[in-house]
Amino acid sequence: MKLVTAIIKPHKFDDVKDALKEAGVQGLTVEEVKGFGRQGGHTEVYRGAEYTVDLLPKIRIEVVVDDSDAERIAEVIVDAARTGKIGDGKVWVTTVDRVVRIRTGERDLDAI
Amino acid sequence: MESALDTGDTAWLLVATALVLFMTPGLALFYGGMVRAKNLLGMLMQNFFAMGLMAVLWVLIGYSLAFGGTGALVGNLDFVGFRDVGMGAMEGLTIPVILFAAFQMTFAIITPALITGATADRMRFGAYALFIGIWVLVVYSPVAHWVWGGGWIFDLGALDFAGGAVVHINAGAAALAMAILLGRRKGWPKEGMPPHSLPLTLVGTGILWFGWAGFNAGSALAANGLAAQALLNTFVAASAAMLGWVLAEWAKDGHPTTLGAASGAVAGLVAITPCAGFVGAVPSILIGFLAGIICLFAIQLKYRFGYDDSLDVVGVHLVGGLTGALLLGLFADRSINEAGADGLFTGGGLDLLGKQFVASITVLGFSFVVTLVIGKVLDAIVGLRVSEEDEDRGLDLSQHAETAYSFGEVGSMGRIG
Repeated sequence: MKLVTAIIKPHKFDDVKDALKEAGVQGLTVEEVKGFGRQGGHTEVYRGAEYTVDLLPKIRIEVVVDDSDAERIAEVIVDAARTGKIGDGKVWVTTVDRVVRIRTGERDLDAI
Repeated sequence: MESALDTGDTAWLLVATALVLFMTPGLALFYGGMVRAKNLLGMLMQNFFAMGLMAVLWVLIGYSLAFGGTGALVGNLDFVGFRDVGMGAMEGLTIPVILFAAFQMTFAIITPALITGATADRMRFGAYALFIGIWVLVVYSPVAHWVWGGGWIFDLGALDFAGGAVVHINAGAAALAMAILLGRRKGWPKEGMPPHSLPLTLVGTGILWFGWAGFNAGSALAANGLAAQALLNTFVAASAAMLGWVLAEWAKDGHPTTLGAASGAVAGLVAITPCAGFVGAVPSILIGFLAGIICLFAIQLKYRFGYDDSLDVVGVHLVGGLTGALLLGLFADRSINEAGADGLFTGGGLDLLGKQFVASITVLGFSFVVTLVIGKVLDAIVGLRVSEEDEDRGLDLSQHAETAYSFGEVGSMGRIG
């Protein structure tokens, strides 16, 4: 099994979620996160005092899939999340050793 | 000779008193939005607590020190505990003495509260309570006496319709002294300390603007044409100051900001306060517009000189108050108010401007020096400043054991007592 993790722009989340559903993904976990990459932050001005905001809001999506689906799902996310502008985010895939569905005790592929 | 009560005048002053009282919660929100979220309740509490402590002190002794007798420097003890402050008409006025005293009470509440913007985020609550309690009796009441109670500035002939010197220069100078005494907030000016909720600040600005109708038009002490003139002047000065501030910051920093609009309006309200019943509408617009621009630049002074006037009480109230007091020396117009004077532009020469200068500088110097002494003594006895750890945690938790914003996060609270 693989864990596909994606950091995307918040306003692309609905597109990515819909694309993943269409691709057969049964469930995912989402978190609002902050970070910086090449995009950099923005500045704000209060009574003439300028502040830089370095960390930008992003969405982190995590979805566990069968080994054979990992490449395809990663591509689905990349296609749905891309705007072509700096700051679109990243997707990476890692190996997962064990999955258990808490309600039934089912394991691994049966549990995802 | 006992004058008679007028129901119209009395009705208006009853309303104006309530309007001015409402400015203090407005000020609490105006400042509260500008502090970091962890210090919001600390700021609100300091302002609300002024409504508690100042009102009681005013009845017990503050009013008497301000309005008892006609000595040059301070009032007397004739009205301690509101003795002889009755329901009959005030001498020379058509409203009850006790209503005049109540109206003045609301000024004594908000003036020390103004200082909280300079001491934000780092003053111990107990020290604050002692400070304003002493300050209102030792600084505010004497200055109110000088200007309005028949003291030396009153005799000099300097003008202050609703408190440019008594309220704004006075509180602004005290704010400067306290900001210097307390020292900078931890991390200032390097660390970002942006306002946590500008919507609160804008709501507060709206309440202040609304309440200022009572502050300035109520200071006519009657429901008459002069009150109407003061009300109009107050509103258009705030409007023009907002325009001045926003246009200047737009040119200077690139954006018209909501905080700039709010700050400009308050700067205009401050500047028109001494002038409201002595000038016409167009001079009011000029006074407001100039005050908006001048105060925008004045708030940068703290970075040059290194004092942490956290929410710009000096830049807005001291400088705004001085701006209004001095511009009154140019624009004062006896065709608006017979009891006033003519300024430089209305044929009165430099006489009034000189008096305005003397009155303003004396109030500034007196308030600054006496505040420093009060602050120093309190610091030695009880300590003014919270510990570094308490400053990090924020005043809400460290001083009041409360949190302003509680969204029921997972595992946030379990009851232990």
